[in-house]
Amino acid sequence: MSEKPLITAQNLSVHYPQRGGLIGPKPYVGAVENVTIEIAPGSFFGLVGESGSGKTTLGRAMLRAAPITKGDVLFDDGEVSYALKGLGKKELKDYRKRAQLIFQDPYAALSPRMTVRDIIAEPLDVMNLTGSRAETDERVREIAAKCRLNIEHLRRFPHAFSGGQRQRISIARALVSGPNFIVADESVAALDVSIQADVLNLLKAIQEEMGLTFLFISHDLSVVAHVCDHVAVMYLGRLVETAPTRTLFSTPRHPYTQALLSAIPSLDPDDRGKAQKLEGEIPSPTNPPPGCKFQTRCPMAIDRCRVEEPKLETAGPEHNVACHRWKALSG
Amino acid sequence: MSRLIDVENLTLQFDTDEGRITAVEDVSFSLEAGEVMGLVGESGSGKSVTAKSLMKLNAGNAIYGPDSRITLHLEDGPVDVMSLKTDTEMKVVRGGAISLIFQEPMASFAPAISIGEQMVEQLMIHTDFSKAQARELSIEMLDRVGISDASTRFGQYAFELSGGMRQRAMIAMALSTKPKLLIADEPTTALDVTIQAQVIDLMKDLVSEFGMGIIFITHDLGVIAQTADKVAVMYLGRLVEQGTVRDVIRRPAHPYTRGLLAALPTLEDIDAPLTPIPGDIPSPLERPSGCVYHTRCQEVIGARCANEIPKFSQVDTDHAAACHLHDEQGETA
Repeated sequence: MSEKPLITAQNLSVHYPQRGGLIGPKPYVGAVENVTIEIAPGSFFGLVGESGSGKTTLGRAMLRAAPITKGDVLFDDGEVSYALKGLGKKELKDYRKRAQLIFQDPYAALSPRMTVRDIIAEPLDVMNLTGSRAETDERVREIAAKCRLNIEHLRRFPHAFSGGQRQRISIARALVSGPNFIVADESVAALDVSIQADVLNLLKAIQEEMGLTFLFISHDLSVVAHVCDHVAVMYLGRLVETAPTRTLFSTPRHPYTQALLSAIPSLDPDDRGKAQKLEGEIPSPTNPPPGCKFQTRCPMAIDRCRVEEPKLETAGPEHNVACHRWKALSG
Repeated sequence: MSRLIDVENLTLQFDTDEGRITAVEDVSFSLEAGEVMGLVGESGSGKSVTAKSLMKLNAGNAIYGPDSRITLHLEDGPVDVMSLKTDTEMKVVRGGAISLIFQEPMASFAPAISIGEQMVEQLMIHTDFSKAQARELSIEMLDRVGISDASTRFGQYAFELSGGMRQRAMIAMALSTKPKLLIADEPTTALDVTIQAQVIDLMKDLVSEFGMGIIFITHDLGVIAQTADKVAVMYLGRLVEQGTVRDVIRRPAHPYTRGLLAALPTLEDIDAPLTPIPGDIPSPLERPSGCVYHTRCQEVIGARCANEIPKFSQVDTDHAAACHLHDEQGETA
C-alpha cells in the first residue's frame, strides 16, 4: 500500500479462555488467528464472512473492545500513534474519541428513556469534549443535520422513529466525538431493502464529506460490493483472501470466496441450479480442523490441505490469498 | 395441476390499545398443488399475518372482514377455513393439511423437549401411527433432509444443533405429516448464505417429491427468483402486484416493485447507484388513503392516487398490478 495505513492489524490473534484443562496448556477458542490487514485513510474497507468467522471479534479488537492476545493493532492518524495492546487508560480514552462503533440493531442500541438529543450528546458528556451545554447543543445539531435528522426529532424518544431513522441516530452518535475511524458492524442488516439503500448512501456521503475511514462488517456480499473499495474475507478466524473490491468480485481466487459469491441467490429466474454449492457447515472454533480450516468443505482440497495451513500469498496487486491451490486452480 | 387454496377478499384487523389496525386489506390469491408462490414485502406489509390467516393462527384480537373467504381444496371436498371454530375442527388445517416453518428455528422448538419427542408428538396427533411407527418415520424424515446420524439427532435438543441443522429438522417435522400446503415464513433469513443455498435446494427437491404447494414468505427477491413459480408483492397490507416470477422480476409493473428492485444491491452491476425508496413505511395507525403507496411513490399521477384505491388490472396474461398507471391501458380485472 502506497499510503501509510490509518490502522493496521498486525498478526492479530484474539483468544478466549475455555473452561477445563487442569493439566496441560489452558484450552482456548481462537476467535481470530494471526490476521494482518492494513486500512488506508479514507478507505471503505469491507470485512465479510459467515457467522462464526470472527469478523465481529476482529472489528472489536481494532477498537480494543476485545482482548488482544497476540500481535497488535497500530493506529496512526498523523496526530497520534497508538499500539492498542499496551495502551494506558488515558490514551485509551483518547482513542475512543477517534475510533467509534455503529451497531447492528437500531432497536436495541438506543436507550428508550433518553431523548434523541441526549443519546447523541452522551459521548460528548462522557468524554468531556465540550465546555458548555450550548456548545454541546451546537455540536449535536450540526451532526444531526449531517445525518438528515430534523431539529424537532431531537426532543423525541427513539420509539417514535422507524428503523432507518434510528440507524441515522446511531450514526450521529458515533460521529459526534469527531472520530476518524468507524467500525460499522452489520449496520444495515436489520433494515428493509427500501431503507437500507438510503442508510448506505448516507454512510458513503458522510465518509467522503468528513474524510472518514470505515471498517464495514457484513455478511452480505452484494452490499459490500456496492460500497467498499477493499474487501477481506474471513473463515474460522483466518483471513482467506483480501483484494480491491473489483478484483475480488471479478477474479476471486480462494475456493471459499468463490463459493460465497456463487451462493448469493441470483435475481435471474433462469439462473436456477447454476450455483456452486458448498456442503456442510463452518466447523466449531473450539475444535478447528488441522491444515487449511476450509478443507472440510472445500471441493478442491488435496492431501496437503489437510495437514499444512496455507499462508497468505500475493496473487496480484494488493490481492492476497491463503490457498495451496490457487495457482493450479486459476489456470 | 389442481386448485389447492383460494383466498378471497381477505381483510384482517387487530384491536389494540391504540385503536383498530388494519393489517391485511382485500387480499385475494390462489395456489395450485405443486406450485411455489413467493409472498414478498417489507416489515409491516402483512405477509406473515396473511399466511397465518390460512390456519387462523392470528392472535385473539384479530377480526376478519365479513367478506373474507379461505377455501382449502382437499380430497374429501373443500374446507371453509373461516368457518372453523374449535381447536378440534382446526386440526384439519393446523399441522394437518397445512404446515408452517418459522423464521427462527431456535425459537420454534421447545428447548426442554428433544427434537424427536416433538416430532413424534405431532405425528401422534395428526396420524394414527403407533409411537414406534412415528419414531421410525421421524428418523427417516431427518435423514431425508440431510441430517447425518439421524437416530442420534432424534434424541438431541434444539440447542445441540447448529442453525442450519435446526432449520432442516424444522422442515423434516413440518413435512412428516405430509401436508398439502407448506407455509415457509422467512425460512432462510437467519441462515448464512452457503447454508441458505443448501436449504433452498432441499425445499425444491421436496416440492417435486411430495407435490405440495408452498407459500414462501421472504423480503429477499433473490431467494424468490430462485424458488418461486409466481410472486405476490405486498405493501402495507395490500397486494400491489401478482404474476409469474419472470414477469414480475423482469418487467415489474407496480412502482413499488420497481422501487424494491432498484434499491437492491446486485452483483451484476456493482457500479450502479443504489436508489432508495424515499420516505419511510407509514405506521399502520396512519394508513394513507387511496393507494397505500402514494406517499412514497415516484410515479404519482395526480389526486386520484391519494383518493381512490386502485383495482387490479391485467398487464399481461398472468401478470396484474393494482396501480392507476395501468387502469386505462389494461382491462379492469
